[in-house]
Amino acid sequence: MAEPRPPVRRRDLEAVEIDLLAEGIYEAYGFDFRRYSRPSFRRRIWRRVEAEGLSSISELLARVLHDPPCMQRFLSDLSVNVSAMFRDPAFFRVFRAKVVPLLRTYPFVRIWNAGCSTGEETLSVAIVLKEAGLYDRTRIYATDMSEATVEQARTLTYPINKMREYTANYIEAGGTRSFSEYYAADGERVMFHPSLAENVVFAQHNLVTDRSFNEFHVILCRNVMIYFDRVLQEHVHKLLYDSLTHFGVLGLGGRETIELVSHRDAYVPLDETARLYRKVA
Amino acid sequence: MTTGCGIVAMGASWGGVHALGVVLAAVPADLPAPVVIAQHRGEDGPAGLAPVLGRRSALRVVEATDKQAMRAGHAYLAPPGYHLLVERGALALSTDEKERFSRPSIDVLFDSVASAYAEEAIGVILTGASDDGAAGLARIRHSGGLTVVQEPATAERRRMPDAALAAVNAHRILALDEIAPFLVKVCAEGGP
Ligand SMILES: C[S@@+](CC[C@H](N)C(=O)[O-])C[C@H]1O[C@@H](n2cnc3c(N)ncnc32)[C@H](O)[C@@H]1O
Repeated sequence: MAEPRPPVRRRDLEAVEIDLLAEGIYEAYGFDFRRYSRPSFRRRIWRRVEAEGLSSISELLARVLHDPPCMQRFLSDLSVNVSAMFRDPAFFRVFRAKVVPLLRTYPFVRIWNAGCSTGEETLSVAIVLKEAGLYDRTRIYATDMSEATVEQARTLTYPINKMREYTANYIEAGGTRSFSEYYAADGERVMFHPSLAENVVFAQHNLVTDRSFNEFHVILCRNVMIYFDRVLQEHVHKLLYDSLTHFGVLGLGGRETIELVSHRDAYVPLDETARLYRKVA
Repeated sequence: MTTGCGIVAMGASWGGVHALGVVLAAVPADLPAPVVIAQHRGEDGPAGLAPVLGRRSALRVVEATDKQAMRAGHAYLAPPGYHLLVERGALALSTDEKERFSRPSIDVLFDSVASAYAEEAIGVILTGASDDGAAGLARIRHSGGLTVVQEPATAERRRMPDAALAAVNAHRILALDEIAPFLVKVCAEGGP
């Protein structure tokens, strides 16, 4: 926020420039940000404008079109990778209490962690399933739109200074072991035990432009659709709905609601506060 | 020129729960604009802030949900661990990086308010031991909105109002108990 933004008279102009930028990127590169939620998309754009030493969104459009490395930089801005293990511990507590018992009734379980970022959420689910004795008959598909992000997730490594927070979250989420059993420290970083990723498939997948690729008993898509506008949320909800088995479970982020989506009637809450829903129609 | 009362955005940090309580308790239910609030609090801070503030206010104080429509008579609180942003008529959330060590960030909220509401925005900076909010308030001012800063001498921590005043030639510097009456008056008259 160092630079003054354009004055009010140009507010509508800014909206035009954002439209053109999104359209240009779509035409030139196929990445579709046209229906990303404007307030946060706008912030990302201005940050990139400033980082490139430019002064308008139109200048950024010119640069991303003619300079693919600049597009790459903008892309990594947009795969916002703020995640944490056992983020929102109450969610995982409820997952243990209410989802795990359902999963016990299946001979084999498929889970889709859509928008998995760098894998923190995926490993949290893997740990819960290990402790429940279900992991060996589970496969977790963990996907994100950014290949670089998925590549990072595959390394199973995280900064060691995060472990205090993650350990506290783990305990609050109902974990009963010593969290440090799950990783080995290596200097400034820790690596989680490869057995946690044995049944995980990390893959690049874009929720906006790619299709459903399987049927799942559980889909977690938390804090991903907040980056989409309501039209795009509708589109992605359809994709998730089509990818869930009957009685499958959908998990959303703590401040997301299914109430605004037309598929809401196809779900009943499994736990409203944890944003866990069950597909019943 | 400010044209008053499309939205009221308030930012507070240290001492903010008390200060927000005072302001919200004195705002009538028929305030014609929605109120959006970024109050710094710990990532897993008490979820109970909305009911605490709501108990003493005529407004319905709720924690924001993504893409929720905003309505007058309501105050929307940034949830812990999220940035709160607005577009015209609706809320949006993000889990982007902290800004100035804060999420929610007052700057992020105010910047979006300035962009969406321009001269219909009112920005209010209350007590806090942080520089957050100064740049955001400047954005509201720059976009033609109305800017209010709590009189630093009446703030539990004066750093935040001081920082805001250093960044913005604010329209009003008011004691805590003058803020709600001023908001009511501005919204009734359509100008400062
Ligand atoms: C804030 S992170 C959420 C991570 C994790 N689910 C959590 O709750 O901690 C949002 C993730 O969504 C991903 N994302 C954004 N747009 C996407 C898209 N179109 N398809 C797939 N993933 C996307 C981003 O790359 C980012 O990793």
